Amino acid sequence: MTISNFKRRVLIIGLVFGILSPAAHLSADTLRVGLAAEPTSVDPHYHNLTINNSMATQVFDALVLQDVNQNLVPGLAVSWAPVGETTWEFKLRSGVTFHNGAAFTAKDVVATMKRAADVPNSPSSFGTFIKGKTFEIVDDLTLRVSTKKPNPFVPNDLSRVAIIDSAFADATTEDFNTGKAAFGTGPFKFAGWLPGDALTLTKNAGYWGQAVDWESVVIKPIKDGTTRTAALISGDVDFIERVAPSDLPNLEKRNGILVYKSVSNRLLYMTLHMTNDPVKPYVTDNSDNPIPSPFQDIRLRQAVSMAINREAISDRVMDGLSAPAGQFSPEGYIGYSPNLSADDYNPEKAKELMAEAGFEDGFKLTIHGPAGRYSNDTRILEAIAQMLSRVGIDTTVETMPASVFFKRFSRGGPNKTPEFTVAMSGYANGSGEPSHPLRIFIHTKQKDRGYGPGNRNGYSNAEVDKLIEDGRAMMDIAKGEAAFIKATEMSMQEYALVPIHHELATWASSDAVTYEHGALDSTFIHNIRNK
Amino acid sequence: MFAFILRRTIQSVIVLFVMSLLVFCMINLVGDPVDMLVNPESLPDEIERVRRDFGLDQPVYSQYWHFLKGALSGDLGKSYVFGRPALALMAERFPATLELAFCALIIAVTIGLPLGIYAGLRPDGFATRIMMGMSVLGISIPTFWLGLMMIILFSVILGWLPVSGRGDIGVFLGIESSIFTMDGLRHLIMPATNLALFKIAMVMRLARAGTSEVMAQDFIRFARAQGLPRKRIIKSHLLPNILIPIVTVIGIEFGTLIAFATVTESIFSWPGLGKLVIDAIINLDRPVVVAYLLFVVALFLTLNLIVDIIYAALDPRVRLQGDDT
Repeated sequence: MTISNFKRRVLIIGLVFGILSPAAHLSADTLRVGLAAEPTSVDPHYHNLTINNSMATQVFDALVLQDVNQNLVPGLAVSWAPVGETTWEFKLRSGVTFHNGAAFTAKDVVATMKRAADVPNSPSSFGTFIKGKTFEIVDDLTLRVSTKKPNPFVPNDLSRVAIIDSAFADATTEDFNTGKAAFGTGPFKFAGWLPGDALTLTKNAGYWGQAVDWESVVIKPIKDGTTRTAALISGDVDFIERVAPSDLPNLEKRNGILVYKSVSNRLLYMTLHMTNDPVKPYVTDNSDNPIPSPFQDIRLRQAVSMAINREAISDRVMDGLSAPAGQFSPEGYIGYSPNLSADDYNPEKAKELMAEAGFEDGFKLTIHGPAGRYSNDTRILEAIAQMLSRVGIDTTVETMPASVFFKRFSRGGPNKTPEFTVAMSGYANGSGEPSHPLRIFIHTKQKDRGYGPGNRNGYSNAEVDKLIEDGRAMMDIAKGEAAFIKATEMSMQEYALVPIHHELATWASSDAVTYEHGALDSTFIHNIRNK
Repeated sequence: MFAFILRRTIQSVIVLFVMSLLVFCMINLVGDPVDMLVNPESLPDEIERVRRDFGLDQPVYSQYWHFLKGALSGDLGKSYVFGRPALALMAERFPATLELAFCALIIAVTIGLPLGIYAGLRPDGFATRIMMGMSVLGISIPTFWLGLMMIILFSVILGWLPVSGRGDIGVFLGIESSIFTMDGLRHLIMPATNLALFKIAMVMRLARAGTSEVMAQDFIRFARAQGLPRKRIIKSHLLPNILIPIVTVIGIEFGTLIAFATVTESIFSWPGLGKLVIDAIINLDRPVVVAYLLFVVALFLTLNLIVDIIYAALDPRVRLQGDDT
């Protein structure tokens, strides 16, 4: 072996070991987080999407903030109160500065609202929360918001809009993505974004609230659940969200890893069609002749609910990561009624109810749902089909990609009516106001008034409608919530829809950090604390 | 030669046009992007606004006409989700995919070729049998499973390599790539190997077949009779002869590495084209899907053309169509 040959070999061996040596850990002040999704933009007004919104709360503040259970807490406004039937007054926080040094005043709020309502090319704008409101500056730190009709949810709506410096009122979405305009008042400063690779934040030392524990945070999108777990165990990241259910038992046993779970407000439900309309023969008698939807009869809806063994679904399909549900909200959450609980599994009673309604021989049914949209969605549908078949409803399952499902679910039938007789879907209240699910799913469909856009089975109860509308016009929020809870109880007892379960949200971290979590399944980086 | 290239280019443009028509019509049959884009809590007029702004209220033929007009001036439309030109998004992600495909190709050739030649020279050897058995595994084991196993072994158990993402990016001769930094290479090695495994097996099998065919031929026998050392026979007589088919196949395979690295990119969270297009398909981000498919078609048309030209250059017996006009 010649000398040069020998040298070359040594060099190659050195190179290989250099590549293979474990990564030197970053400084202790840097937190590395692996998330399941990635924002589509840093512009907080571009896209009303869960991941965008939770990222925006790190860099920006709204007038009103939501805590981990969506209770409203002071943000850039220290207090708010109605001053008349249609007007709210917000007292703004003094001495707050944006990350670029500009002082925060009422002027910034007005400029923000103007921009956020109409961002060009927005795939889902914030106009919903802003349009119909007039903003009036009283003085630098006082703002009045008026609406045409009494609106008790102005603080909720404004908790959704991130406040930017008025100097950037005309900034483009690109200006935010590159960091040119991404100056908020939030606990972190924006430091850089490489789409698909990493979003970097640094500490805002001058934050008006509780300062964060990290000098910098690197957020990596890791979409594959198993890869996320591996990244945590190997020390690539310190914190992950949405632990793959199959990985959870292993992670819980592992030393040096903490797992967090909480019942989230994400509800999985079924809608059963209650009118004569559906033309597609998704329900037939036992000799395959189409019949009108049997679920116009409340006894059949109740039978379906009682035929579903929610505990078994939680145990065997969801690996324990679901809590049986009997209403929209989980316990301890806005709009929750203590008088409602998930129906107990009772196939005998279900059969009796069916016999009473004249269906003692059962019938044939096709149920529909999205595949890959919700945790274990296809397997849940298959389990439900088996359970229904056991009480005499001979059920087949048809699933499809979410992009196909939602179109057919909302308007796949003739004249753009909903297509399915029975379908499973999911819902999570993003707004933190209790009338939200009632307005969308329960109120009689009235398109021009914005009522019932998600009411796909034709449920309609004038008394419930009145409770919802009255509650939405009461400036006294406590009284309003009582009306909503009453409406929830009435509609759930009539099975306006059949709740299945609330998903459990999961996170995991190295034991060097802790995480404060609640009913929201999004991840809020500023709640990750150094032990 | 020139006439050949011209004719092929014209054919390519026609293929691209037909492809765009097909893709555009078919993707319009699937779902409605508005359902995927607009937050369900939005008021009904917001849904109408998005439909209008994105031109989805127009009939398909006028949407296609609009797309075609844009395409002729090099604009393939804006992503619904990101609000940025689809081509710019792809250009951003392309380097990551290119370096992954390039490294996978290098790995495939440096491992597959010597092993394949060895197997061809010693068809009955014990090592050959093991290698050929492994190559069957390499072809039949699903990429995603193997990727996960590699992560578990090299990252979780041994702790040698990072699990996911692209590492630091270095600049060398004006090219930005993660190949030029140690951290980048550490991130690259696992996904590239994962992507290469199938190709290693393929190159190995091609090389073996070529070797056993060529070794039986007269000129090798003469070379042996002449008393040439074995090394020399392999280097100057065997290698050039088996390389021609391997080069052609590799040319096309390079295309598939770029276009279909999707699975590997998803598992290793590699910020490349594959990840972009998977998300675009799930979210019904039609402009990105259309732009991506057209890009893939153009890529294969170009690679085919280049392979044909190289082939003619390597083997004088091949005459290009139109060469004599």
